[in-house]
Amino acid sequence: MNYHTYSKKSSVSFSYTVLALTIVFLFIPLFVVVFFSFNSAKGMQWQGASLIWYEKLIFDSPSLWAAFKNSLIIALTSSLTATMLGTLAAIGIKWYRFHGKSYITTISYLPMVLPEVIIGISMLIFFSAVKIRLGMFTIFVAHTTFNLPFVFMMVSARLDEFDYSTVEAARDLGANERQTLTKVIIPSVIPAILSGFLMCITMSLEDFVITFFVSGPGSGTLPLYVYSMIRYGVSPVINALSFVMILGTMVIAFTFRRFLKTVAASS
Amino acid sequence: MRKLLKPREREQMLGTAYAFPMGIWFTLFFTIPLGIIVLYSFLKRGLYGGVEWEFTLDAYKQMFNPSFGRVVIRTLWISVLATLGCILIAIPCGYAMAKSKYQTVLLFLIIIPFWTNSLIRIYAWISILSTEGFVNSLLIKLGLIDQGLKLIYNNGAVVLVLIYMYLPFAILPLFTTIDKFDFSLLDAARDLGASKLEAIIKVMFPNIKSGLSTAFIFTFIPIFGAYTVPLLVGGKDSTMIGNIIVDQVSKTRNWPLASAFSMVLTFISLVGVFWMLYNGKREQMQSKKTTQQSLEQNIKKHHLIRGEK
Repeated sequence: MNYHTYSKKSSVSFSYTVLALTIVFLFIPLFVVVFFSFNSAKGMQWQGASLIWYEKLIFDSPSLWAAFKNSLIIALTSSLTATMLGTLAAIGIKWYRFHGKSYITTISYLPMVLPEVIIGISMLIFFSAVKIRLGMFTIFVAHTTFNLPFVFMMVSARLDEFDYSTVEAARDLGANERQTLTKVIIPSVIPAILSGFLMCITMSLEDFVITFFVSGPGSGTLPLYVYSMIRYGVSPVINALSFVMILGTMVIAFTFRRFLKTVAASS
Repeated sequence: MRKLLKPREREQMLGTAYAFPMGIWFTLFFTIPLGIIVLYSFLKRGLYGGVEWEFTLDAYKQMFNPSFGRVVIRTLWISVLATLGCILIAIPCGYAMAKSKYQTVLLFLIIIPFWTNSLIRIYAWISILSTEGFVNSLLIKLGLIDQGLKLIYNNGAVVLVLIYMYLPFAILPLFTTIDKFDFSLLDAARDLGASKLEAIIKVMFPNIKSGLSTAFIFTFIPIFGAYTVPLLVGGKDSTMIGNIIVDQVSKTRNWPLASAFSMVLTFISLVGVFWMLYNGKREQMQSKKTTQQSLEQNIKKHHLIRGEK
């Protein structure tokens, strides 16, 4: 469907130049951070290569690892919950009519579009109004809430491609509702469920603003730990951690590559 | 059980069973918290945080305090500037990506910095811009300056870093819409005597309106509600509405005022979203896209948000 005839050189080369510069702009900060993680000195003056900050990161940062553990627990639990609730809701909303359907559909989009500060503050005020102590549980609730819309969206889109007559066929052949769900519907939307789940994990590991509001003592996640380190000033241990996290991001983006391709290919 | 229910009742029951867990979750942890914010914004502030149950418009009146007024105006111009910056850079980027043969690679390159932890990216900018940072060390080494320049903790740094953080939110929807655009229309316009720029502005822009409005909303809303960037790279005079809300909750403990400011942010965001949906709907009706295509587009649009949420 693409017409590549409109390739008057100057306009194309102008846009390509901007794109190239933009990509450089996007990557320079990351390169600077990674580069100085291998510096043997503390400042931004290059003093020779060393792995000392990685050593510190791995062997000398117990509170960082505690925060990472919290992050993992929250990411796994909230992503699992969000994936289950979101998948079921997507199925229900796609194929059935019932009271409250338009309310649920609308409400499922809103958490994605409101500024994070609003979500964080409203949850903080809510938790204190109903007297729930801030901690791992409140972070779990908040993360599930902002993860849910994404699972819902992704599974809904996948269900759109799914032929409902398959479900009818399964029923005609005597499958009950539970069998239809577990043997027919879920296996065919499993790619969307899995990518939704992965997306939740990354978002949960990433989130700072919302977590910042709903965390209590001892429940700090990795981004909160990074935040407190940044507030103390530039430390090469953060540089080392950054490189690890950037690598993690690349791995995740790579596992998503099929998804990226569908984004690109559906022109 | 299946045989006892009429089809309509059965549908009602199944739909409810599938969708209500999520509905209840959102009601409890999203609708009710937002409702509390609305309620609190009309109540009197408690002495040590919290509220007293007495109706008043005090919180809304306090918003007109000149010191807050300055912050609101600053938030507006910073957001408009950063959003425009993002979109102006994103249009040629989206165009080039749509034309390119290496779309997957390019998407990969845009998405990797975008998915990197936002604090890490802010930290990267701090280490680049600070007085002993990368740029200053480099300039001193090259002998161009003797003393570090003050590049950080000002509004310029806030705008720069905001553009950096939210640029992909503008590039991705623009890429998606430009990619669908029929480039032969530009050739036609050229044949009919339009200049290159004229062809792009008069023929392409009206056709990528939904992409432009999506890009605008997805950059403007998070920038308008920004909290971390002004806090970490801004100076004393870089406070934005997001910072006021947080300060009112955690430091001053004036919950009604924080709620009132939250209402303003929410209101502006919702207006923006409805405007975007309206634009999208109109375009959809014009181009008679299939539902699948429009949903795919929707997914792609929403896919972008993930970086920050």
